[in-house]
Parts: sequence; C-alpha cells; structure tokens
Amino acid sequence: MVKEIERYGLPVVHMCTIVPISLTIGANRIVPTVAIPYPLGDPHLGEEKSKNLRRHLVEKGLDALQTEVDGQTVFEE
Amino acid sequence: MSKIKVVHYLNQFFAQIGGEEMADMEPELREGLIGPGIALQQALGADYEIVATVICGDNYFGSNLEEAQSRILELIKPYSPQLFVAGPAFNAGRYGVACGTIATAVEKEFGIPALTGMYVENPGVEMFKKDLYIIETANSAAGMRKAMPKIATLAKKLINGNEIDLPAEDGYHERGIRVNYFHDKRGSTRAVDMLLQKVKGEEYQTEYPMPFFDRVPPATPIIDMSKAKVAIVSSGGIVPLGNPDRIESSSATKFGKYDVTGMDRMSKDDFISIHGGYDTAYILEDPNLAIPLDVLREMEKEGQIGELANYFYSTTGTGTSVGNAEVFGTEIGKQLLADGVTAVILTST
Amino acid sequence: MKLELGKILIQDVQFGAKTEVVDRTLFVNKEEIIELVLEDDRLIGADVELARPGESVRIAPVKDVIEPRVKVTGGGVLFPGMINKVEQVGSGRTHALVGATVITCGRIVGFQEGLIDMSGPAAKYCPFSETNNVVLVIEPADNLETHDYETAGRLAGLKVAAYIGEAGKNIEPDEVVVYETKPLLEQALQYPDLPKIGYVHMLQSQGLLHDTYYYGVDAKQLVPTFMYPTEIMDGAIVSGNCVAPCDKVTTFHHLNNPIIEDLFARHGKDLNFMGVVLTNENVFLADKDRSSDMTAKLCEFFGFEGVIISEEGYGNPDTDLMMNCQKVSQKGIKVVLITDEFPGRDGKSQSLADTVDEADALVSCGNGNVIINFPPMEKVIGTLDFVETMIGGYEGSLKPDGSIEAELQIVIASTIANGYNKLAARGH
Repeated sequence: MVKEIERYGLPVVHMCTIVPISLTIGANRIVPTVAIPYPLGDPHLGEEKSKNLRRHLVEKGLDALQTEVDGQTVFEE
Repeated sequence: MSKIKVVHYLNQFFAQIGGEEMADMEPELREGLIGPGIALQQALGADYEIVATVICGDNYFGSNLEEAQSRILELIKPYSPQLFVAGPAFNAGRYGVACGTIATAVEKEFGIPALTGMYVENPGVEMFKKDLYIIETANSAAGMRKAMPKIATLAKKLINGNEIDLPAEDGYHERGIRVNYFHDKRGSTRAVDMLLQKVKGEEYQTEYPMPFFDRVPPATPIIDMSKAKVAIVSSGGIVPLGNPDRIESSSATKFGKYDVTGMDRMSKDDFISIHGGYDTAYILEDPNLAIPLDVLREMEKEGQIGELANYFYSTTGTGTSVGNAEVFGTEIGKQLLADGVTAVILTST
Repeated sequence: MKLELGKILIQDVQFGAKTEVVDRTLFVNKEEIIELVLEDDRLIGADVELARPGESVRIAPVKDVIEPRVKVTGGGVLFPGMINKVEQVGSGRTHALVGATVITCGRIVGFQEGLIDMSGPAAKYCPFSETNNVVLVIEPADNLETHDYETAGRLAGLKVAAYIGEAGKNIEPDEVVVYETKPLLEQALQYPDLPKIGYVHMLQSQGLLHDTYYYGVDAKQLVPTFMYPTEIMDGAIVSGNCVAPCDKVTTFHHLNNPIIEDLFARHGKDLNFMGVVLTNENVFLADKDRSSDMTAKLCEFFGFEGVIISEEGYGNPDTDLMMNCQKVSQKGIKVVLITDEFPGRDGKSQSLADTVDEADALVSCGNGNVIINFPPMEKVIGTLDFVETMIGGYEGSLKPDGSIEAELQIVIASTIANGYNKLAARGH
C-alpha cells in the first residue's frame, strides 16, 4: 500500500514495529513504533504518558515527511 | 455437436500483409484462418474451427493501446468465440506485447481461455505471464511447427477444464502462481533431505525461491507542514463497531474509509480492531494506539499541520497479499490525491 | 536423556461406563470428563461428543488438539507447569494413545479458531480427519474475560487428555520406540563422522491466542534455550495459541513434532541429531533482534553443521524466520527453512512478508489462501456461527444449506509449517 500511494507523488511515512518487513516490501520513510499490539503508545505507562509517547512518535513521523531521502530510510531515535 | 469457435490474432507480418512498412495498419478482421492459422487448425483438430482472424500492425497496437484493444474486442464480439489464440510471437518484442495485451483483454472481456506463445526473452513474457498461459517457443518463426501443437494441447485442456500440469510438462512459461499439490513425502522429511544435501555440498532445490519486491522512488518531502493536509491509513484492522464493510480479520480483500468528523480522539465505543494477527486487547481499549487521531487533532488545532483529513482508510495487514495491497494502495492514493491530501501517515501493527 | 515411547494404537472411540482401552478401542466415560471440566468455575457448561474418520461431522471452532499420553516411569508428569507441578520430563517411559485425540471446541475466543471435517473433500487437508476424536464442547461463564476463557479452555483440554491417557498406563503398547540424546560432548562423539544437525524450534508468542508455554513459562518471556527433544514428547511445550487455524501448531503437534521424529529416524545413519534450540516470535523488534542473536550463538556453540528452522504463523513471524536464517547462516551453518505460503487467492503475490538472500533452501507446506468448498455435514459439533469472521472465512462464506466456501487456512493445521503434512505448493 505504501508504495502504491507514494507512486502518486504523495510522501508516506510508514509507522510500524517490524522494520525489516517495511524494508523488504520497500517503504521509503520508516519510523519504528513500540510493539505490534500497540504501535503508537504504551498502555502500560498509563494514559497520559502513553499519549505523550504517541505524540512524540507522530512528530517524528511528520519530521520524516519533511526530510529529503535518497532511498529507504529508517528514522531511529 | 457444434464446433468450438476459435479466434486467432496475428500481426501484419504473420498475416502476410507486409513487413515494417505495414506496421501501422489498423485492426481488421478476416473470416476464417490465415497463415499460421493453418497449423493451429490442424493441431486443434476437427472439433475446433478458427472462425475469424484479427490482424493489427504492431506499431499501431503499440501506439494506440487502448483504442486497438477496444476496436479488436468489437470486431471479435459478433463471433462469440470460445477460445482465443494470439501469435505465437516468438522473439518479436512489439508483437509479444500486443499478443499479451489483447489475449489478457479478451480473457477478461469474454471470460474465455486465451493463450499465446513467446520465446523466453520476449519482454511480453515478463509482462503477461502472471495473467496468461504463454507457451514457450523458439526464438524465430522456424519454431512454428513445434509451437502450435503445444498451444493446441494446452488450449484443449483449458476448454475441457482439465488440470494443468507443471510448466515443464505443459510447455508454458512459469507464471509465478503458487498451486497446491500433495507430495509423496511429508514436509519435515523433505527438509531433512534438503539439509543433508546442503551440508554435503550437493545440489538442492528450494521449493520457494525468494520473491522480488519492487521499489518506488521516494516522493519529495513536505516543505511546510503547517499547510499540509494529512491523512491516516492503517493496516491495523481498525473498523467501526460491527465492521460494516465486513473486512476480513486476515488476508483482506477490501479496505474501508471511515469518518472521524467532529471526533477529538478514537473512542472504543465507536471503533474496534478485527485484526487476526495480534492480541487486540490493547487497541480495543484505546484505538488511538493504531489511529493517532487524538494527537493529530491537537496538532491540527495548534497549527502544526494544516489540516487533518476527516477520515481514515483501514484494512487488515496480516496475510493480505501484495496483489490486494497494491489494489488498495492504488485506489486509496487516487482518492487521497483527489481530496487534496498532501502527506500520508500509514500505521501498521 | 532417553525416552521409551510406547505407542498404543487406537482404531475406534466409544462411550463406556469406564474410561479404558480394550482391543484398540478407546472407551470414555462422559460424566467423568464433564465433571473434570466443570471443576473450573470459569466454565459453566461442557459436553463430550465423539468424531470418527469418515463420519459426516464438522467440528468448529476448534481451539486445540491433544494426544492422550501418560507417564509410566521416569521423572515428572505430563504437561509440567501447566496442570502438573514443574518437574523435568523426557526420560523413562511414556505411553501414547496413537490414533486418538482430545479436541477442545466452543464459542470463539478470537478469530483464530478453525474447522475440522471428518469426511468429504476438505478431510484430506487435516490430520485430525483421520483420528478418533473426543471432542470437548465448552461453555464459558457469562462475561468471562477473553484471556481467562482461553486459559480455561486450554487447561480443560490438557486435563482431559491426561485423564484419558491414564487408560494407557497398563496396556502393552503395539510398538515401543526409543529416543535418546546424550549430553552434548558425548553426543558429538557418538557419531563423529556424521554431520551434527540441530533443530531451531520457533514458538508462537505474540499474546492472546498466540502464546505457547514451556514448562509453564509463557514463551514470550523466554530467551532462547536448549532442549532435549524427548522433553517435548512428554508435554514440556503446550499450545495456548490459535494463530491462523491452518498453521496452528497444536499441542498434538508438539507431542508429535515431525521434524524431531524425522531427525531421529536418520540419527546415527546419515546425521547426528544433537538437540533442539527453542526460541520465540515476539511483538517487539528488540525481542526479535535479541532472540535471533542468541539462537545463532547457541547453534554455533553447540557445533551444529546444519539446522532446520520451523515457524508458526505468518506475517511478522516471517521476520523472525528470516532473522534466524540470516544470523545462523552467517555462523557458517547450513540452514533449511520450513514455512507455508500466503500468495493471495490467485496465488500470484509474494508468499512471505519478509525475505533474506540466505533463505535459499525452503520447504513449502502449501498455499493457505486457496479457496475450498466444504459441503454440508449431517452433524456440526460446536457451532458454525463464527465461520465468516474466522481467519479464512469472509462475508458470504457460510451458505444457507450449511456448506462453506472459505480459504484453506480455516482448516486446522492444514498448512502447518513444521512439515507434518504432505501438502506442498509449487510454481505454475
């Protein structure tokens, strides 16, 4: 899906936990997330901290969308 | 018993109209058979009849793809064919692409078996082998005598609904379609055999060669996020309560588009996850863990992003074939573009 | 470690006043089984049905399948850490009722439970269409939380299998097979000229309905470790998962792991089977990194020259499979992978979610996306209510006459990726 949307020239950030799959299938901007059952946040931290973590990850995603890349790039911490 | 009606497709050269100088000829139909049709008719036998032959110049076809197809389909229609054979094209590239294109179109339009033949290096093989049976031929027309019986044998199997054998046995280019069968040894025994061959340095053959995933050049980045319209797409299986589109929990065949107008966050009273690939307990409690609506709404209010699209697209990622995912992506991308979206966040579980 | 496995062949199953084996027929006392199940107050109802090969019976939604076994001599008891105290198993003598199973079924927990047909065209895909099955239909208490329901169902099946297994304790087996793995250095010396082969056993460990237990430890908390193969035959590994039905490694399949069986069959002839490295398939990338690092380290340390790696499930576990393959290969060890394929209903897409170049020797256990037609059966054990939401099912799968059209993956263990079946896929 990532690639087909990007084919229209729309930048896509793939936010996912299993980065190797994203690299295999060919996403260009990849932001690693927390865990498969809770990618954006961590319910064990409590609601507020989980949301802060989510905000941080989404901001990283937006940064990735504003970054020029040559090829597949993983935006680590 | 009435005979099975066959339509044959040829280019200007094989129809004996002319060479390169006639490559611009527009589609036309002749009743009965022409040139290579004789060998085809002979191979098919008395139960089959080539009722018409369509001819089109390779250059015309190549430069008027859409029109050539629709005109040829119109020409064929009155004959209500039951079988369609194109070529064979041997190693002629433009002819190969034309044969592949028109055979695929005929199969789709009339729902009848359509096949062709090509040399392994013909670019048409790579383009159409997933869609069609393409008989493996020699690289020149000298191979006609051998090619036609193979085409006819496979065509008859398709007509009669017989099981198709392996590529090597039925003489077609492997289509990359994975088909089940029962081996005479169980998988674990085959694994031990293969491992011992590999350890001893003997030759071994994998049962599944690693597949290829293509690449797309990265889109240019967003310059000013405060003017961007952002949309969320997710493969986490998040759907409204009741799963109105009945998206599958695994190996999805469809996606949904769900409205979030007026919502500040994803509420567990409105959305669930139907994903079959992970423990959904956390996301059922807080769907924002997959669709980060709450923080994106905040950013929208703060002006960090220009606008958040008032919907998200959703499907289930697990076990969903790349073929289906491509269809979803193409359609979603088209809709996003039409709605003025400029940046996409795709979340996966 | 040495285990004698006594195989008592079972050719029929009947209800009886006493649970016992008489002339290859297993008799079961229904009331005693129900009583045993209802000891757990999370379950408020239970029934027992029998399903034999060739009958017009469909069982759904199936949670687990277990072979009845009993520990005759040697330390420990069956399913240590689950229904019995934790104690080392894998030595002495164990009896198995071969040809009989206990199947747990009942209202669905998630999407992952599957079907078994005892006859008809779908029967050939399922190993349990050929066994004599004691089917436990359980009913959870109202509003029972899903994790609790899964636990209750899992334990009920194990308890009933152990209870029925007792019937084989004093029966003379039809066949006794001896399996032995010596301590590492001795094992290496026993067949110094044969290639040292190991088995990397990946356990599904992704959370609810995707868990496996090792001596009662949830596999997601494991770091890779070594196991004597015979420990597995005594129930040291128990399935708590329902992944996708088709590639579910049931508890039966742990007890009867075909890779272990086939490696033992060649042990001392053309290979030296050294043992099992146990690892998991977790939901954090860091866990995948750590587990695959340690798996490769253990394989190297044990001096394996070749390993077979099997996975459970598809999608992200493909990443664990590929990471293990790559890292073990980089140690100079030859690797063969076993997997099943999900190339879409048309069979045209990539069969795996992840790939590495080192994965050049792979055994396929079939394409799970193929559409199969299941004719109506005279009797349904359990319920068909959930067919359309089960993995492999879709809108319109269940027809008014009780027939079903669904992907092969709805059938329990039909494409199980440890090579138990003969089903395979190839390119057309």
